[in-house]
Amino acid sequence: MEWVIFVPAAVLAIAGGVGVIAARQPVHSAIALLVVLASLAVTYLLLAAQFIAVLQVIIYAGAIVVLFLFVIMLLHARSGEGPVEKLPRQRVAAVVFASLFLAALLAGSVAATRPLAPAPEGFGTAQHVGEALFVTYLLPFELASVILMVGIIAAVVVVKRGPPAGRGGR
Amino acid sequence: MLPVAAYLALSAVLFTMGVVGVLVRRNALIVFISIELMLNSVNLAFIAFARQHLGIDGQVIVFFVLVVAAVEVVVGLALIVEIFRSRSTVDIDDVDLLRG
Amino acid sequence: MSFVPLILVWPLLGWLVNGLAGRRLSRTVSGLVACAAVGASFATAALALAAYVQASAAQAASAAEGASQTALSVIVPLFTWLGAGDLWVQASLQVDALSLTMALVVSGVGFLIHVYSIGYMAHDPNVSRYFAYLNLFIFAMLLLVMAGNLLVLFVGWELVGVCSYLLIGFWFARPAAAAAGRKAFVVNRIGDAAFLLGLFLLFTALGTLDISEIRHRVGELPDGLRLAAALLLFAGATGKSAQLPLHVWLPDAMEGPTPVSALIHAATMVTAGVFLVARLDTLFLSSPAALVVIATIGALTAFYAATVALRQHDLKRVLAYSTISQLGYMFVAMGAIAPAIGIFHLVTHAFFKALLFLSAGSVMHAMHDVIDVRRLGGLARTVRWTAAGFIIGGLALAGIPPFAGFFSKDLILEHAFALGMASGNYIPYALGLLTAFVTAVYITRAVALTFFGVPAEAGAHPHESPPVMLWPMALLAVLSVAGGALGAHAAGEPLLRFLAPLLGAVEVEGAAAPHPPAAILMGISVAVAFAGVLTGWIVHRNRRDPSLGAMGTLLEQRWYVDALYDRSIVAPGHATGRWMAGPVDLGVIDAAVNGVGRLFAALGAASRRLQTGYARQYALSVLIGAVLIVGYWILR
Repeated sequence: MEWVIFVPAAVLAIAGGVGVIAARQPVHSAIALLVVLASLAVTYLLLAAQFIAVLQVIIYAGAIVVLFLFVIMLLHARSGEGPVEKLPRQRVAAVVFASLFLAALLAGSVAATRPLAPAPEGFGTAQHVGEALFVTYLLPFELASVILMVGIIAAVVVVKRGPPAGRGGR
Repeated sequence: MLPVAAYLALSAVLFTMGVVGVLVRRNALIVFISIELMLNSVNLAFIAFARQHLGIDGQVIVFFVLVVAAVEVVVGLALIVEIFRSRSTVDIDDVDLLRG
Repeated sequence: MSFVPLILVWPLLGWLVNGLAGRRLSRTVSGLVACAAVGASFATAALALAAYVQASAAQAASAAEGASQTALSVIVPLFTWLGAGDLWVQASLQVDALSLTMALVVSGVGFLIHVYSIGYMAHDPNVSRYFAYLNLFIFAMLLLVMAGNLLVLFVGWELVGVCSYLLIGFWFARPAAAAAGRKAFVVNRIGDAAFLLGLFLLFTALGTLDISEIRHRVGELPDGLRLAAALLLFAGATGKSAQLPLHVWLPDAMEGPTPVSALIHAATMVTAGVFLVARLDTLFLSSPAALVVIATIGALTAFYAATVALRQHDLKRVLAYSTISQLGYMFVAMGAIAPAIGIFHLVTHAFFKALLFLSAGSVMHAMHDVIDVRRLGGLARTVRWTAAGFIIGGLALAGIPPFAGFFSKDLILEHAFALGMASGNYIPYALGLLTAFVTAVYITRAVALTFFGVPAEAGAHPHESPPVMLWPMALLAVLSVAGGALGAHAAGEPLLRFLAPLLGAVEVEGAAAPHPPAAILMGISVAVAFAGVLTGWIVHRNRRDPSLGAMGTLLEQRWYVDALYDRSIVAPGHATGRWMAGPVDLGVIDAAVNGVGRLFAALGAASRRLQTGYARQYALSVLIGAVLIVGYWILR
């Protein structure tokens, strides 16, 4: 039963992944990422992670990818790769070592062949995750908000056109 | 029920694709999207393990990864925009001043 | 007796005032503060003496008739200085006959010399620094003589060394003064090292450094150890008291201001070695071999220095060698088992030698720093008081009765003779007698060349010193005349009786020596002294100064001892230093450091190629690392 859902989702995700790394234009790459995200949200549902699946769609697809698209539009002109590949052996080396890496990861993961036990009622619901977040992980949760704040401020500072050098500069 | 190995294998494949994207592509935006791909594959692994052990912690970690990913994208894109403004390029090989 | 620490506090306060605020004080205030500090110290010491005599009498009264007379020794604890394991050092002061005698001499003579310094240093721009050092010296010396613990004594011992160094080099802009200070410091280090070893030895053997405890427990030590400790401590004493072979620093120390020479390098600090032997009398007196060494070294030094003094042209150097010679006498007394006599001579010597130095300083003052006897002469007519002071001091030094030096020197010779009768070793006596003759000759020469005859330089207009310098000299002259009463048989020997319970209590084998024929010996000494004066006068009358031929050259070159040291120690030391600075430092040490630097520079040059600046390449190396780690983890 689950195969029916998993296999198309996995195929779609891998296809999206290929699209991400092979697209000529960044905008295509971003769209392909959207495909991957959606497929993964489906697998999350299979793994009894309903809340995270919803977050995946809302935050990743809804916020992050949109941010990417904004920036891509902003840098539209001349935002491609330069004509010259300065590292000629990079592509070969990347494929070789990535294959070795993949082989190692697969060798590690195939060991876990035991079928999953059925998930208990209410596992992975918003209530379940929320309880963990606000009880066990309250402090990290609050810290996460601080990190977001820092990120916002950092983005503003980096992009801001500062006053001409002199005041406040080093 | 599917064994967790299936999900882990998918996670490994997606991660490796992200790695290849980072190593091979020179467009900074695509490199960034590849990094997002890697983060997502890791999220998948976390959720798969959470399901296997029936512990909610894995899902909570994914939540935090989402937060960090959001921050990383915001700051990273800001950097890319700034680099583009000053050097009119997003090719990461053009940004090689910090060399020996 | 709780006020005793005040003796030390006054000069310390004076030092602080002059040392910290000296630049803001006028030179008059500076001098007054310093004098007041030492004067207060002397007054306090006198009060302590009164209290001690009273307590002593009370003890004697309460003790049963005929009971053994033990010396009263009051320990004034200050604080626990060190407490670590077995080492438990109590900083304390010891009040007994010896420390009180020394404290009175130090603060009394010190006070007079402070007063004299006001006049002598009147035109020096750094007068407050001078008085700060002088007060610090008085503090250190008092700490040394009153210490109840050998470690505290050592602190004082080193502090007086520092003050000596600072004051010898007081005019540090003069190369000769700086070099002399350095020489004094280095030579003293040799003795101090031996002293420290002696302390370690005593502490290891007895587990204490407390002086009175050591004095009472030396009997527990095996003979060899006792001898070793005594010789090590005596080696320290030879450094401080300028005995052979460590005497070379004292003549050079005359580069300092003359009052310093009087105070530190004649009256007080250089007697620290003699004091040390007296302080640990039981240790020394119970090692016969050490006594032989002490007496021999003392006698040899006395003779050597007296002969050298015959052919010195710098008046202060004559007095410096004379000091070395007289210190030799004191050690002869120690070696002849008569520490009280040695202290007696220490006291009288402090009086007349301080007087001699102050008079010499007055001559310098009168003659605008000319001190070479070949350029002086006829001063008795122009600076009468100074001449009178010098001549009185000289008569005391020569041992002419009834001046102070006669009594103490005669007693020393008497005991040296007794030593000869007891042990058959007449060398100390013979050398002592010979030295007495030479002493009379050289001091007569100094007097004749300086004060009589026709002035060597016609243009000089000598002027007498101000009263602030003459009064201390007058007081010292009185003491040089009357000081002999402290130990004269006719006057009841007050000082010797005062010291007797402490220093006379030691019963030594062979101490029951046959009593020497005192009257005959005294007659011989007096005759020798007069003969010396007469010889000196005949030879040097009318400022004649025969060069004595080859022997004169030998004496002028100080028996070539200094040259020998220069050739055998100083020159090889310099050569070693140059070798270390050249081939070793540059060729080995610097080369090693530079080599390490070059190695890492080369490594850096090689490894900088790894930094291409391409982020993708860095990412690739991260991937390779990940592959290796995961691969290892899987294949494990």
